[in-house]
Amino acid sequence: MNKTDVLIIGAGPTGLFCAHQLGIIGLSCEIVDNLDKAGGQCIELYPDKPIYDIPAVPECTGEELTNNLLKQIKPFNVKFHLNERVEELKKNQNRWHVKTSGGVEFDVAAIVIAGGVGSFEPRKFSVKECEKFEGNSLFYSIKDKSIFKDKTISIFGGGDSALDWAIELSNNSKVNLIHRRDGFSGAEASVQKVKELNDQGKLNLFTKYQMDSVSGDKQIESVKIKHDEGEIKEIKSDYVLGFFGLIMQLGPILDWGLNINKKTVEVNTENFETNVQGIFAIGDICSYPGKLKLILSGFHEGALAARGCFKYAKPDEKLRFEFTTTSKAAQERLGIKK
Amino acid sequence: MAKITYYTHDNKTHTIDVQNGLTVMEGAVQNDIPGIDADCGGGMACATCHVYVKEEWLDKLPAKEDGEEDMLDMAFEPKNNSRLSCQITVSDELDGLEVDIPSKQG
Repeated sequence: MNKTDVLIIGAGPTGLFCAHQLGIIGLSCEIVDNLDKAGGQCIELYPDKPIYDIPAVPECTGEELTNNLLKQIKPFNVKFHLNERVEELKKNQNRWHVKTSGGVEFDVAAIVIAGGVGSFEPRKFSVKECEKFEGNSLFYSIKDKSIFKDKTISIFGGGDSALDWAIELSNNSKVNLIHRRDGFSGAEASVQKVKELNDQGKLNLFTKYQMDSVSGDKQIESVKIKHDEGEIKEIKSDYVLGFFGLIMQLGPILDWGLNINKKTVEVNTENFETNVQGIFAIGDICSYPGKLKLILSGFHEGALAARGCFKYAKPDEKLRFEFTTTSKAAQERLGIKK
Repeated sequence: MAKITYYTHDNKTHTIDVQNGLTVMEGAVQNDIPGIDADCGGGMACATCHVYVKEEWLDKLPAKEDGEEDMLDMAFEPKNNSRLSCQITVSDELDGLEVDIPSKQG
C-alpha cells in the first residue's frame, strides 16, 4: 500500500504542474498514468509539434514542455506509476483507497484527476468477432514475440508499429501485412524494406485491403480481407495483430459517481473540486462555465486544486499563502541552498 | 454560411447553418450532433471527427493536407469517401454538403 497525501491521475502537463504546486505547499503525491511515459497528449500526440501559448515560453515542443516540467518537480521526488490505469476507488473514513489495473494500491487523503480526454487505449478492429480472440490470438501490442516463431501472422496497419513488426517478425514467421491504401504513414526506409521483403517473397503485402472477418474455434485460424473494389481473400493466420494507434477513453472514471457532462467532469472554480468531496479534476477533463482547453488553464486549475487538497491532507493545519521568491519553507522544499 | 446536413447513426438527420470559416467538425460540436468526438480539438491528431462525405461532394472539398490520410488509417472503418471533418472549412461553396457520421469513432 502506497500512503501519500494526494494521488494524481494523469502525468500530462497539468498533472505534473499540480505535483509541483502540491510540493511547494508541503504535500506529498504520487502519479499514475496509463502510458509508459510522462507527458500525456504532449508526448503521445505531438512531441515534435510546436506550442506557442505557454506564458513566457514563446515556443517549445510537447517534449520540451514535458522535460521542463519534470525538471521543475525533480526536487519533490515524485513517484510515478506508469503503465497503470486506476480502476477502483473506495472511501475509507476520511481517506481514499485506490487500486490500479496492475494491482498497485494507494491510501490517500485526496485525488486529483488530470486525465485529459481519458486514458490512451489501443484502437481496435471494428469487426465484432475480434473481441473473442483478443489476448489469445489477436493482439494490439506485443509482449512476447517468441510465440510467433514459425507461425503465420497477419498484421494490419500502415504506421511505424505495423511496419517495424512486419519486418522484425518476417525473420522467423510467415507475415502478411495488410493496409487500407498504397501509402503508408510509417518511415520511408521501413516502407522500402517492406516492399523489398515482399518482392523477395519473405513477406506478403496486401494493400487496399481491410479486415472483413476472422474465423476459428478457440484460436484464430483464418482471416478474410476485402479489397476496395469488393474482392474477398481468405488467408490462413495463426495470429492477427492490429496497429491503429491509440484512442482516448474515459474508462472507470465514469463509475465513480462524478457529475459527467460530455466526457468531462464538472467542477467548481474555487478549488476545482468535483461533486464528490476530496476528488478534484483539472485540465482538459474538467468543465465549468468559460472553460478553455489550454495548458495554461490547466496550470491555474492545478494550483488551486493543490490548495484545495490541503484541508484533506492536513486538516489541523492552516495553509498560509506564500511566494516562492520569499518563502523560506517553499525554498527548503525546493532544495534551494543559500 | 452553408447548410450542412449530418446523418447520424441513429438514422437522424441534422441540417445546420454553419458559418463560413468554421470547420464541419466545429459545426457538429457546437450543435451537439452526436458521433463527432473531436478529442484533439482539430489538431489532426486523433481521427475522432471522421465522416463519410456524400460522393458528389468529394471533388468539391479542399484537398487533403499531408497527414490527413495518415490519420484516416486510424479511423473507424475508413472508406474512399472518408474525411476528417476538422479539415473541411465551411464556405458558401459548400452549401448543401452532406456527411454521414460513422456508427462510432474508434
